[in-house]
Amino acid sequence: MSGVLVYSEQPPLTLQNLTFASSLGYPAAAAVLGPQGESWSEQYFNHGAQRVYCMDDPSLSGLQTDIVSEALCQIADHAEAEIVLISSTLRGREVAGRLAQKLHVGCITDAAKLRAEEGQWIATRYSLGGKTLSEQVLNSGRKVIAVNPNTFQAEPLASGVKGDVVEVAPRAAVSPVRIIEQKPKPDTGINIESAEVIVCIGRGLESEDDLSMIQEFADIVGGVVACTRPISHDRHWLPEERMVGISGKKISPSLYFGIGVSGQIQQMAAVLDAKVIVAINNDRNAPIFQNADYGIVGDLYQVIPDLIEKLSR
Amino acid sequence: MHIVVCMKQVLDLEKIRIKPDTHEPVLEGVPVCLGDFEKNALEQAVRIKESLDDVTVTVVSVGSPKLNKTIMEALAIGADEAVILVDPHVNGSDAMGSAIVLANVIQKIGDCDLILLGEGSTDEYSGQVPSRLAEILDLPQVTYARELEVLDHRIRAVRDLEDMLESVEVELPALVSVTQEINQPRLPPLTAILKAGKKPLHVWSLEDINASAEEVGTDAAVCEELSNLAPAKPRKEMIFDEDIDSSVNQALEALEQEGVLDL
Repeated sequence: MSGVLVYSEQPPLTLQNLTFASSLGYPAAAAVLGPQGESWSEQYFNHGAQRVYCMDDPSLSGLQTDIVSEALCQIADHAEAEIVLISSTLRGREVAGRLAQKLHVGCITDAAKLRAEEGQWIATRYSLGGKTLSEQVLNSGRKVIAVNPNTFQAEPLASGVKGDVVEVAPRAAVSPVRIIEQKPKPDTGINIESAEVIVCIGRGLESEDDLSMIQEFADIVGGVVACTRPISHDRHWLPEERMVGISGKKISPSLYFGIGVSGQIQQMAAVLDAKVIVAINNDRNAPIFQNADYGIVGDLYQVIPDLIEKLSR
Repeated sequence: MHIVVCMKQVLDLEKIRIKPDTHEPVLEGVPVCLGDFEKNALEQAVRIKESLDDVTVTVVSVGSPKLNKTIMEALAIGADEAVILVDPHVNGSDAMGSAIVLANVIQKIGDCDLILLGEGSTDEYSGQVPSRLAEILDLPQVTYARELEVLDHRIRAVRDLEDMLESVEVELPALVSVTQEINQPRLPPLTAILKAGKKPLHVWSLEDINASAEEVGTDAAVCEELSNLAPAKPRKEMIFDEDIDSSVNQALEALEQEGVLDL
């Protein structure tokens, strides 16, 4: 048992993890559930899969966790996979846990980094609410590792590979979880996860009307306005997609402004990957200053207009 | 209807200091509390209890002897009783060990219609326990619920996924994990805090659930931590605390040197 089985409900993420697995020289295979199977096989081969396991059945269309994890358990046995590598999307991390329990093996979710050293797969993930980075290994014979999306870059192999497509018949039954409705979230065209500059507001902003001042500042620095949880979820001044936090979006801009943001741990854990953090807060003891590169102690209603004025010159 | 809420006792993360020389977190002496996400799960259970007849809420937790005190908050918020498993061996359990212990506790409690958890724990946020627990107990699972209602022996929930809101229904018994969006947990009034001590609190050991330390404790953990350190590259922490005009000037100068301001 030495192979790696790669799965995600989002095929482009499977390409990323296949690229990584095959770069290590491990025999890699990919699992595809549902009708999209055949159309992605070629791409999977080009990214290092030696085999593509396809399972198609109406019971898989809803991607319920019980069904998906049972299917992956079956394919992992078939493929004699030592490692199941999953993309740690919300669905993926959930499937990882249930699959690991079916296999009775260890699991790591939300791996921000993953490397192999002397046959050991070492994953790095945030711990203690984001205060620390924990390096972990799994000592079970088989392992389930869920890696954050976009940890690796998908790169096709220089020379094309032709592998096998293996159809696996499903044994899973219909999920007892019935899907009533799937409502896409509105696409606002703004994605704070990919923004280079983030202007994040917190409870220090006193009125919704003051958003115009923040937006003016964001426009000048080429940034996108984001917010902490109270602004989106309690005051509803900005849509939830703009919320930065451990239960919201994690961001990695080159420049982050925290304006009137106290800097609680659930907030800062989502900002760890920012290159430069600037804090603006009138409370010198606000925790954000300990997590900032540069801090301006002062009333945001004086600091922001001053910044706007100086930057507009 | 019987609802079991699984809660985790976690360190008060804001109070963890980092040793400047070694980057190690200082965990000794840090107070403990109940996890944030689990408070949303408990709040939801109590709301269901308040809106329907004949609902009992049992809170379950596994951890150090400090749980005897920590769990009082859950009883004050509105759980009818608590079962805590206190055993020195479970401190080193990994997600699989914790899930097995919780499953054994819930099986011993018996007759449970709905199991509620947070979507992850405040400290590690691995989200494995809900999935593992559902698998061990052979229950359907509904995770990331931001809305949850009980209808005549089934539940309807709205799951909050990256790109969609997914409404699902499932017959009970079932396991549900909730997000922070589902509610605003209440702060218990003083009278409730005083009454919490009078509610039933059952303290069990591994023996009580026929589990052994070899099976679920430190030695059974297959997830091994090699290191756990604060990121090596600390923030610069250059704080300008003068009059606004010169603080802003200094900050702008610094950002220009960083090359991150593209005007």
